[in-house]
Amino acid sequence: MAQPAIEETPGSGTRHAEETSAPPAGHGEHEGFVKKYLFSTDHKMIAKQYLFTGMFMALIGAFMVYAFRVQLAFPGSHVPGFGVVGPNEYNALVTNHGSIMVFWVAMPVLIAAFGNYLIPLMLGCDDMAFPRLNRLSYQVFFLSVVVLLISLFVPGGGFGGAWTAYPPLSSKAEYSLTPLGSTLWLCAVILEFVAFLIGGINFVTTTMNSRAPGMKLYDIPIVVWMIVIATLVFMASVGPLVAGAVMLLFDQLLGTAFYDPTRGGDPLLWQHLFWFFGHPEVYVVLLPACGIVAEVITVFSRKKLFGYKTVLYTAFATGIVSFFVWAHHQFVAGIDPRMANVFTATTVIISLPVAEMIFVYVATLYGGSIRLTTPMLWALAFIAEFIIGGVTGLFLGASGSDIYLHDTYFVLAHFHYTFVPIAIISVFAGITYWFPKMFGRHMNETLGKIHFWGTIIPFNGIFIPLFLLGLAGQHRRIYSYEGFPELARPELQQLRIIATVSLIVMLSFQLVFLFNFVRSMLRGRTAERNPWKANTLEWVAASPPPHGNFETMPVVYRGPYEYSVPGRDEDYWPQNQPA
Amino acid sequence: MSGYPSAASSYAGDIDGLILFIAVLVFFWGILVELIFFGFIFKFREKKGQKAQYVTGEDKRQKRWISIPHALVFVCDVFIIIAAVRVWADVKQTLPKPDATVRVISQQWAWTFVHPGPDGALDTADDITTVDDLHLELGKTYHYELESKDVVHSFSVPAFRLKQDAVPGRTIRGWFRPIQEGTFDVQCAEICGIGHGLMPAIVKVESPAEHARWMEEAGRGALAAAPRLRAP
Repeated sequence: MAQPAIEETPGSGTRHAEETSAPPAGHGEHEGFVKKYLFSTDHKMIAKQYLFTGMFMALIGAFMVYAFRVQLAFPGSHVPGFGVVGPNEYNALVTNHGSIMVFWVAMPVLIAAFGNYLIPLMLGCDDMAFPRLNRLSYQVFFLSVVVLLISLFVPGGGFGGAWTAYPPLSSKAEYSLTPLGSTLWLCAVILEFVAFLIGGINFVTTTMNSRAPGMKLYDIPIVVWMIVIATLVFMASVGPLVAGAVMLLFDQLLGTAFYDPTRGGDPLLWQHLFWFFGHPEVYVVLLPACGIVAEVITVFSRKKLFGYKTVLYTAFATGIVSFFVWAHHQFVAGIDPRMANVFTATTVIISLPVAEMIFVYVATLYGGSIRLTTPMLWALAFIAEFIIGGVTGLFLGASGSDIYLHDTYFVLAHFHYTFVPIAIISVFAGITYWFPKMFGRHMNETLGKIHFWGTIIPFNGIFIPLFLLGLAGQHRRIYSYEGFPELARPELQQLRIIATVSLIVMLSFQLVFLFNFVRSMLRGRTAERNPWKANTLEWVAASPPPHGNFETMPVVYRGPYEYSVPGRDEDYWPQNQPA
Repeated sequence: MSGYPSAASSYAGDIDGLILFIAVLVFFWGILVELIFFGFIFKFREKKGQKAQYVTGEDKRQKRWISIPHALVFVCDVFIIIAAVRVWADVKQTLPKPDATVRVISQQWAWTFVHPGPDGALDTADDITTVDDLHLELGKTYHYELESKDVVHSFSVPAFRLKQDAVPGRTIRGWFRPIQEGTFDVQCAEICGIGHGLMPAIVKVESPAEHARWMEEAGRGALAAAPRLRAP
């Protein structure tokens, strides 16, 4: 294993293998199974570990949503493969579905898997700055997965206080009735944060210090920038929540009263700490998704990104403004009503950088030569669906209308229209785009397109009915609406059934993806180095890249998006090709 | 839309108006961007022998395609903020003088409503306490005092467009004025434990005569049970 780079002087721009242009000797070739797969310090292996763990957790999250959506469509029925979903099971299912999809799917896949895989390859270096820290990050993350999974099966059942875990419900066992479930859930979340703090340091340090010679800040591919900005936002926002979570743990276990109003605590303190992290978190996962989309649409429209710096600055602006919007989750939570005015203004204003980014992506398509490959379809679908998610957010950011829509299915449909594009659609864009690099083989395009349409069409079939249910005043996290005369009407029940049926269709099409993924990994058509004719450095390495990545460490001569440059025969111009 | 609840409070119409106003603006922008987006995908699809254009998006003339819509979005944002803040100020920030005050107490998993009796004041012997059943008089301006005995709940009456979290340890004051007779759902809008889905309640908005009749009937029961009716 290469010497970890901790000894290097920061800012020196040294790369680990710079001295030798030959591949680092013996890399990865004589390692045993355990060292290679379980204790690897290779960024690509760690990325795959994060990817597979995230995919595994996605299956669990999907199973949960299947169980509780069937309950909502057919209340009280026996859910095949699960059983009857009672109120306590329902709460545990929605809580853990939310937690898993945000913390154990979106974060590990978007930030950790793509970040680990792409950053060193796209920057042209042989590994992360701190490979052993990287390994530690995954190990802590893996532990958090184990703790979370255990929390589902302890006596009393899994935690059922929503992924937001508002105290006193989350802090006192007499209220939640899940003493072990709440504590283990909280421990899992804290461990997950620790894992990403460790990993985050690595991303930022590597990007700042280990770039290929010639790669200036404005030559860094957008996806790398996005992951770095997201990491910075994450690291700056998670501190208060870790402190808050430890206080919550003390309230649970030691009988302290940080959130107990009868003994001088305040339940709203948690809400502020949670959302001070929770809202930036939305952008922590959004930015890498936007980055993946930027890479894919430039390659498959053979176009330079429209205004590289504009994208970069809007990303920074989004990251900064995201720290000042959190209380829009708390308009009706009992905060001083005057505060809502400030947070309405900041929240509505954050639409500016995000809208600008979407405009830039649309403008990038102008004058292109668009190829509708599977990754491109996913990237375009991200834009089309995210627009819906974005504009519906304005109803909720505006305090006056949020009074009605807060905590209804309108909120739920809104954030799924942002979160599914982020955590699912852009991830499929990324996986199908980088699959040839990761595994040295192509995925099947026909199966890819079947999977695409089988996901996108039912996705809208799920959430458009839920928008309507939200407008009808249906609140979230209620296991059956039979007790509410206004909501028990048959026309509303039909909407619930449409949503559930669409969900089942969408989930079954994921089997096509899994089949395609596994089959292509084993038997797919062999991929050459640069099958998409892309410019960025990862396509210079072999497919899949060996431990150490590059035979000759690349040198960079230009930015990442020089496609269709006039006067050249080829419509791409790799970053490492001398002029 | 058939599922949309009736507008049964004085400010329900303002909130619906705001939702409609935002809807018009965002539908305009959303549909416009989607149309341009799909138009580009169609117009600039790959054609044999045709190379893509080289557009950097860095010079002023090209940037205008982004910056002008951007400025227009900003103008729309300002309108939305102004409209939202105005509705918010009326509904949540400034409380009009009340004709009566009701106390709403949430707990796992029920709503307790304390109505002032014929004397019109709370915490007197003629208070009428009910569970899961709030009685209001049409056209009267009510203040509510919202409390929670255990965890965070949220008092939501969709037909009133009213929602306010109940926080243990605090008494939160707000207002509403029912303008339509009928029976409406109360939902808890904040997850509050296993029985969160099992705490439906109803609001009955009654004409003055009906309300007086109810008060008389319920009042007889209340006086008999008076010693139990201390405020919690």
